[in-house]
Amino acid sequence: MQELITRAKELLADGTVSRVLGWKKGDLGWDPEPAWFEKEEDLEGFVYNPFCGANLSKYLIAAGKLEGRTLVFLKPCDTYSFNQLVKEHRVKKEKTYIIGVGCRGTLDPEKVRAAGMKGIEDAAVDGETLKVATLYGEKEMPLKDALLDRCLVCKGKTHVAYDELIGAQAGEEAGPGELAGDRFAGVERLEALPPKERFAFWQGQLSKCIRCNACRNACPACSCLKCVFDSSQFDSSQKANADTFEEQMFHIIRAYHVAGRCTDCGECSRVCPQGIPLHLLNRKFIRDINTFYGEYQAGADTESRAPLTDFTLEDVEPGIVSKRGGGR
Amino acid sequence: MYQMKKDRLTELFQAISGTKDLFLPLRKCDQTNYGLWTPEEVFDLETLKTVKSAKDCFFPQSEVLYRCKTEDGKISIDPQKLCDRPFVVFGMRACDVKAVEVLDRVFLSEPVDTFYAARREHGTIVSLACHEPEETCFCRNFGVDAAASGADVETWIIGDSLYWKPLTEKGEALTESLQAVLEAADGEASACEAEETVAREQEAIRGVIEKLPFSHLDLSRFQPENTMELFDSPLWEELYKPCLACGTCTFVCPTCQCYDIRDFDSGKNGVQRYRCWDSCMYSDFTMMAHGNLRTSQMQRFRQRFMHKLVYYPANNDGLYSCVGCGRCVSKCPASLNIVKVIKKLGGEA
Amino acid sequence: MCECSCGGKTKTDTLIPMVGVITDIRTETPDVKTFRVVGRGGKKLFEHMPGQCAMVSVPGVGEAMFSITSSPTNTEYQEFSIKRCGTLTDYLHGMTVGEELTVRGPYGNAFPVETALKGQNLLFIAGGIGLAPLRSVINYVLDKRENYGTVDILYGSRSMDDLVQLKEIQEVWMKTPGVNVYLTIDREQEGWDGHVGFVPSYLKELEFATDKTVLVCGPPIMIKFVLAALGEMGFEKTQVYTTLELRMKCGVGKCGRCNIGSKYVCKDGPVFRCDEIDELPPEY
Repeated sequence: MQELITRAKELLADGTVSRVLGWKKGDLGWDPEPAWFEKEEDLEGFVYNPFCGANLSKYLIAAGKLEGRTLVFLKPCDTYSFNQLVKEHRVKKEKTYIIGVGCRGTLDPEKVRAAGMKGIEDAAVDGETLKVATLYGEKEMPLKDALLDRCLVCKGKTHVAYDELIGAQAGEEAGPGELAGDRFAGVERLEALPPKERFAFWQGQLSKCIRCNACRNACPACSCLKCVFDSSQFDSSQKANADTFEEQMFHIIRAYHVAGRCTDCGECSRVCPQGIPLHLLNRKFIRDINTFYGEYQAGADTESRAPLTDFTLEDVEPGIVSKRGGGR
Repeated sequence: MYQMKKDRLTELFQAISGTKDLFLPLRKCDQTNYGLWTPEEVFDLETLKTVKSAKDCFFPQSEVLYRCKTEDGKISIDPQKLCDRPFVVFGMRACDVKAVEVLDRVFLSEPVDTFYAARREHGTIVSLACHEPEETCFCRNFGVDAAASGADVETWIIGDSLYWKPLTEKGEALTESLQAVLEAADGEASACEAEETVAREQEAIRGVIEKLPFSHLDLSRFQPENTMELFDSPLWEELYKPCLACGTCTFVCPTCQCYDIRDFDSGKNGVQRYRCWDSCMYSDFTMMAHGNLRTSQMQRFRQRFMHKLVYYPANNDGLYSCVGCGRCVSKCPASLNIVKVIKKLGGEA
Repeated sequence: MCECSCGGKTKTDTLIPMVGVITDIRTETPDVKTFRVVGRGGKKLFEHMPGQCAMVSVPGVGEAMFSITSSPTNTEYQEFSIKRCGTLTDYLHGMTVGEELTVRGPYGNAFPVETALKGQNLLFIAGGIGLAPLRSVINYVLDKRENYGTVDILYGSRSMDDLVQLKEIQEVWMKTPGVNVYLTIDREQEGWDGHVGFVPSYLKELEFATDKTVLVCGPPIMIKFVLAALGEMGFEKTQVYTTLELRMKCGVGKCGRCNIGSKYVCKDGPVFRCDEIDELPPEY
């Protein structure tokens, strides 16, 4: 971590960048906060640890409007979001200086709590174990059980965009990292359910929604200047769950809007206060896109045409919907 | 003081729900929130903090105020019936109980909000002491005693027993109706023993509370007379930066009471005018036809905390509109929270 | 008093409106209409004081706060002068006499016509639709003429066609003894031989004596410059009243959106004495 601070200070000092976007130590061991640093001395509060789950890419939209370049620390999976934002002209590469930081998985404080640990004061990774200091004594749990869901299907340790790397290696093969589980297992499980049960699953999950919009506001793909749901001219703009149909509409429409652009960064599920597995909706789209148009990873590069915004003669016909049974 | 074995809780809940609606922390889809209990539901008294507070029981996230129909140019207005069925909320923590006082000051002041008043009138609050307070708790700063809530009935779960102590008339009436399940202390010795057990538990809870990382915040600068100085502080610019402008803090907060009034056009059944929780974090909160007076997220962020720590106290005899439940601490996607604001603006950090 | 279908059985919440019937619509300017509203029985909906507001709504379209422009001394109806500037006001402008809408109120405080203003010389300064709340006071004062000193009315608008209540101004106010009316429009216009120029500069030209209590309402930018001008002319802030407008939903200080610091415009306002505003954070 000291290496990151030292390098950031150098880049600030020599004028390469005007500010640094990273994480700042919180009051508790598990709550580092995304932070902007403008002076070298401020960087004393900088932190990078396994609780730095927040994907900083989206803040670069705001940073792009400021003078000068912004130094940003991105984990491998965050760089996919960065590329996608560049591709959509939301972020300019030349306004950004990326230090790719190594990552061995980020942690979910909710999972630590769910494991029965109350009063978490601090936590440290020790090999495959997470050692947790709590108000009620030292405890530990398998690291894997504390990882954010997205890390269990890690995209790999390779940064797809960076200016330099610290704690990570260039040329590491893109693709599944050592943690990679089956990314689509959750989707397949749902697909295998009878429609009634699948509906019940989503109804249960989505009825927890409190319409806080955290999923939307954290999502790097949700970069519209004015969201359709913020329009008062639209019946789905309800802030609250007037009825469950509205809730389903919100999340399903959002999934449609980010289809083909979602890099599967998992921020939506990370930030949901009600623990709704929203990423499963997005992954369903990703899986279908892979099936119909060939393997595609949004954000893998900044130039290629995305399947849903491209046309080829091999494209799947609309009739596929009824062929698969969706038209019934 | 009454007591009963913990394994008879379902019996207790059945007894309550026989004559009243019973709201309990329910485990649904991996989360715990207050909901109407029926024997099919799974209650969860282990989780210290429900995701949403018990605010919903008195001030639901969304409620219809009235229905309107326009026929032949004539408008008819059909007001929503007020709550007229007694209900019990069981398991509220002391912070959430205190939050009801904060809401009362708003909704029960003239002109009384009859929807809220009817629910308060028909609701009985049974609190549950915080056996193991957590690091995110900072209720102590707001005069909340996690070991004794002051609700209609206070309860403690200690070992394999539930201890039950009615404090108000409503609490006594509820207790009266539950005599078949609750066991009154049999003789003076056993009454004494129960009192001692609870006292020991209270002491333990208060001991933990004293040691919590956020238990000793300095609130001294948050006074109405410092309004302008706090409002003009350059620190807001620094504090708000990571804010994503979502409404998580607002919606999990037990004291946030701002609401919106909206119409739902249900077609031939007319228009439902309903109110729903709103968030001052949202850009349309102060939007008018001719413009918006809070155009930046900094202004909206500042409003939320100024309201809780300065404006509300100015109107309510110094009572803060925060009870230290810590939900914002654990739920903010950007790890912002009122503790950070208090520390920074209060001069501690 | 409850006119809804509950039949008066329950205590009606302040959020539940009454049904109002439009009995007259006057086109004041290209974008302002004045709506006369009574209850279904033909009677006045409620009693109010000058400066108070009410929530007017069309179910399914929206609800918004408007100042009541008629004087409380009018025993027959209430009037609202409404500028077309959003969804609801668009709809209202398309309505016709005999149609129904809903009204709840009155809300907020009033100009202190029975206390601080009594016996005082009064100077009214209005811009555009800002005349709406002041008209209520002016007519109240004219109807109780003996209770007040001199009355000066300075009113300006973008153009001749944008002066609201022009007929009443010319036929009633200008003809009332002891009342001086000064009109101005922003730019030269054919057919206008009156004063041309912005309200704040005309105010300075008029060199009013400072023995008056001033009531101001207009667009925020006009209020700002008028207050500055009054200061230069030697008026104390305690002599000046204004009325503010912010986004409102409930009207009773509970929904939380119209606050300026610890004050709610809907409940503690909309009328503020200018020295009171000075103590509030500048969020209005």
